[in-house]
Amino acid sequence: MFEMHEMTVRFSIGDALRDASLRIAPGDRLGIVGESGSGKSMLAACLMGMVPQSATLSGRLTIDGTDMTHAAEDLWQTIRARRAAMIFQEPMSALNPLRRVGDTVAEPMRVHLGLGKAQARARVQALFEEVGIPDPSARLRMFPHELSGGQRQRVLIALALACDPELLIADEPTTALDANVALKITDLLVHLSQSRNMALVFISHDLAAVARATTEIAVMYGGDIVERGPTAAVLGTPAHPYTQGLLAARPDPRAMPREADGSRRRLPTIPGSVPPLQAMAKGCRFTGRCAVERSECASVKPVPTGPRHTTCHALLHEETP
Amino acid sequence: MSYFLLRRTIGFLATLVAVSVVVFAVMNVLPGDPALTILGLDATDDALAALRDDLGLNDPLLARYFGWVAGALVGDFGTSHSFRVPVAELIAERLPMTLSLAVAGMILTLIIALTVGIYAASHHGKPGDWITMFLSQLGIAIPAFWLSILLVLLFAVNLRWLPPGGFAGWSDPVAAMRSLVLPTVALALVQSAVLARVTRSSALEVMRQDFTRTARASGFSQRRILWRHVLPNALVPIVTIVGMQFAALVTGTIVIENVFYLPGLGRLIFQSIANRDLPTVQALVMLFAVIVVTANFVVDLLYVLIDPRLKART
Amino acid sequence: MKQLPANFIIGAVLVAFVVGVAALSLIWTPHDPTDLNIRAKFGAPSHVNWLGTDQLGRDLVSQLMAAARNSMTVALVAVLLGGSIGVALGLLASAIGGWVEDIVMRLADLGFAFPALLFAIMLAAVFGPSLTNAVLAIAFINIPIFARVARASGNQIWTREYVLAARAAGMNKFTITLDHILPNIAAAVIVQATIEFAVAILAEAALSYLGLGAQPPASSWGRMLSEAQTLMYLAPELAIYPGLCIVTAVLGFGLLGDGLRDMTDPRLARAR
Repeated sequence: MFEMHEMTVRFSIGDALRDASLRIAPGDRLGIVGESGSGKSMLAACLMGMVPQSATLSGRLTIDGTDMTHAAEDLWQTIRARRAAMIFQEPMSALNPLRRVGDTVAEPMRVHLGLGKAQARARVQALFEEVGIPDPSARLRMFPHELSGGQRQRVLIALALACDPELLIADEPTTALDANVALKITDLLVHLSQSRNMALVFISHDLAAVARATTEIAVMYGGDIVERGPTAAVLGTPAHPYTQGLLAARPDPRAMPREADGSRRRLPTIPGSVPPLQAMAKGCRFTGRCAVERSECASVKPVPTGPRHTTCHALLHEETP
Repeated sequence: MSYFLLRRTIGFLATLVAVSVVVFAVMNVLPGDPALTILGLDATDDALAALRDDLGLNDPLLARYFGWVAGALVGDFGTSHSFRVPVAELIAERLPMTLSLAVAGMILTLIIALTVGIYAASHHGKPGDWITMFLSQLGIAIPAFWLSILLVLLFAVNLRWLPPGGFAGWSDPVAAMRSLVLPTVALALVQSAVLARVTRSSALEVMRQDFTRTARASGFSQRRILWRHVLPNALVPIVTIVGMQFAALVTGTIVIENVFYLPGLGRLIFQSIANRDLPTVQALVMLFAVIVVTANFVVDLLYVLIDPRLKART
Repeated sequence: MKQLPANFIIGAVLVAFVVGVAALSLIWTPHDPTDLNIRAKFGAPSHVNWLGTDQLGRDLVSQLMAAARNSMTVALVAVLLGGSIGVALGLLASAIGGWVEDIVMRLADLGFAFPALLFAIMLAAVFGPSLTNAVLAIAFINIPIFARVARASGNQIWTREYVLAARAAGMNKFTITLDHILPNIAAAVIVQATIEFAVAILAEAALSYLGLGAQPPASSWGRMLSEAQTLMYLAPELAIYPGLCIVTAVLGFGLLGDGLRDMTDPRLARAR
């Protein structure tokens, strides 16, 4: 059980993550959605204890009740791979180019689990089969540059599974892949989560992928979790103005919006762009781009409210007149 | 053998031929009479003529060149005028000194440079980084022969731990090793200053890459990540410099042997210059140039061993 | 105004000091550096001889100053000579391309097979040791280095639009090289020259130490060290000062070169 309570990651130029609260139980499949700079990778870094040293952390992060907020690097080394593992966006550059992929996947088993060469090799082969790499005994002798993008990502997944973690964090796992490969990888992650009762944190800016992969979702903007709840509900009836904007900006081939005369309407966009960290508003981070903005938004930080922990002054105002 | 290796091998052989032409040209074609150089201005005409004949100076240039190369290929470099023995014998006698100095220097250089470079990279931006990089900047500016003198002043003259120079032969291995400690350290310290900087910047480059993050996410210790993941990937630029440095080390032995009065090829070259022993100088210069070129060739081959991606591309 | 890099400032100060002392020695030294005074040999530092005297009673400060001048002169001549030949070859290779470029670059590769020391040894063996031979040897090793720099940066400039425009306007390659290529590679060449200056000072010192450079009575840091080495038990301090001078000069030019490179090529600065 991974629990985060009002975690804040502060840099000298501003907060990259603000008061983030989450609970991840075994078997949970949580999606984290947001643009680049929304803090979703920083949230993942918190869960792995890999926040840059220049940051100060506040709030509380616990793993099965043990406080890990300010845990030392060597304590985190016992968590990584064994309890929480992570895969990254670029499967090519995320693999050591000088090593055979079999050796790469075997390394954490040998280091953390103390397996011998032959045992590790058998396990790697089984893992390769589990993640859908054909002809594993031949593939494990290959170098990363000899594999396709999808297979490299499968290797990375096998590496993450090497020590049977309870939590797998996938940071934009499909962004660098072709569409059909991306679908297969997404389904593989779901399948692994279910068959192993392993929690999955699926980070993406791709709403369709998150909808397919997860049961819960947290929407992030400018370091804040602006809304969270069951995936279907959040995407079906978005509460926060940012989530609404995000969904409206999504191209949907089945429901392409059309004008009355039948001509295609331009896809609506959220006006403006994500400001840099040092230029973020002190109150609600969405200030300046929001359609229902109020006078207090810029200066007062909205309190998470309602079943979806929505952080929005306008909404608060609506609900409690 | 792949196309890459074939091309490199041909290039290597071509360079060797070119080097031999340059050495021969400088020593034989440039204005001046070798016989006169050897015997001096007060030599009699008869003696000069006899020596010219002896050196084959009356033969056409091309014939002399091919004669020299053909001889060198079977280990015949002619006869030394000052020592009155075949040059090959002189070389064989003194090569072990120079080679052991160069190899020991290289090993020590690698140990110091990789440790310091990786240490500095892992302490990037902290005092440990600044101090080691300042020291290496200083090390680059220190001439090896002055460092040698300082080492002798400290360890031989003042502390009397080690001999200031000279070499009594290999029959007493302990004494021989003691004689080689200071020369090896002097050679290695200066070279490792350069290599440590290269190691540091190359390692920093690799540490920014994604797979370093993957290794960290796999729960590996900082030490394991640095030595097992970062260092191998940082090796390609390091090996390039090591190739050049081995060359620099081998020529560095010429200086160091003269500082410490060690009977190696470097001392031999200077004795030969003083004795105007042209065939010996020519053979030795060629030998050193061959070592330099060969070191760079070996580096080319090492690339393929280090980086499997190169094998695919070539 | 952007802040100057620290290595540039430190390098510039050291270089100004060394070059200033060398220039000063042209018109003034405390004593005649070659003035023998056997009775005053191994003199301790005093208000007459600031750092004392050597084994022949010569004033040490005056010798070090004269040696600075000699060292700077050798480095300057060698780098200018080798540098101009190298740059000319590199520009030629870059302007003509094709087999000319191939030949120049193969020759440059060949040049790397001969460290300055080997070349100086060959020249010394044929012509006898002299400062001129040392200068020639150091100049020689600079040729391939500058040829590579000039060709690499020249090739970049040749693809620029204003050069293509000049070619379209019918200017010949020689004119373009002088008008456009040379001014644009100047920065890279000056950076390299500063660094090679440091290397040349080291090389001169080593050659003079080995007796292949400056011959008596000319003052040279390297030769002073080789003389001091035989007197190590008598006067160890004689082996200290010349070495410090070499380090100061080499460090100064090295740092200055690094600083210049950081300023002219920020991309490289970050990578280092």
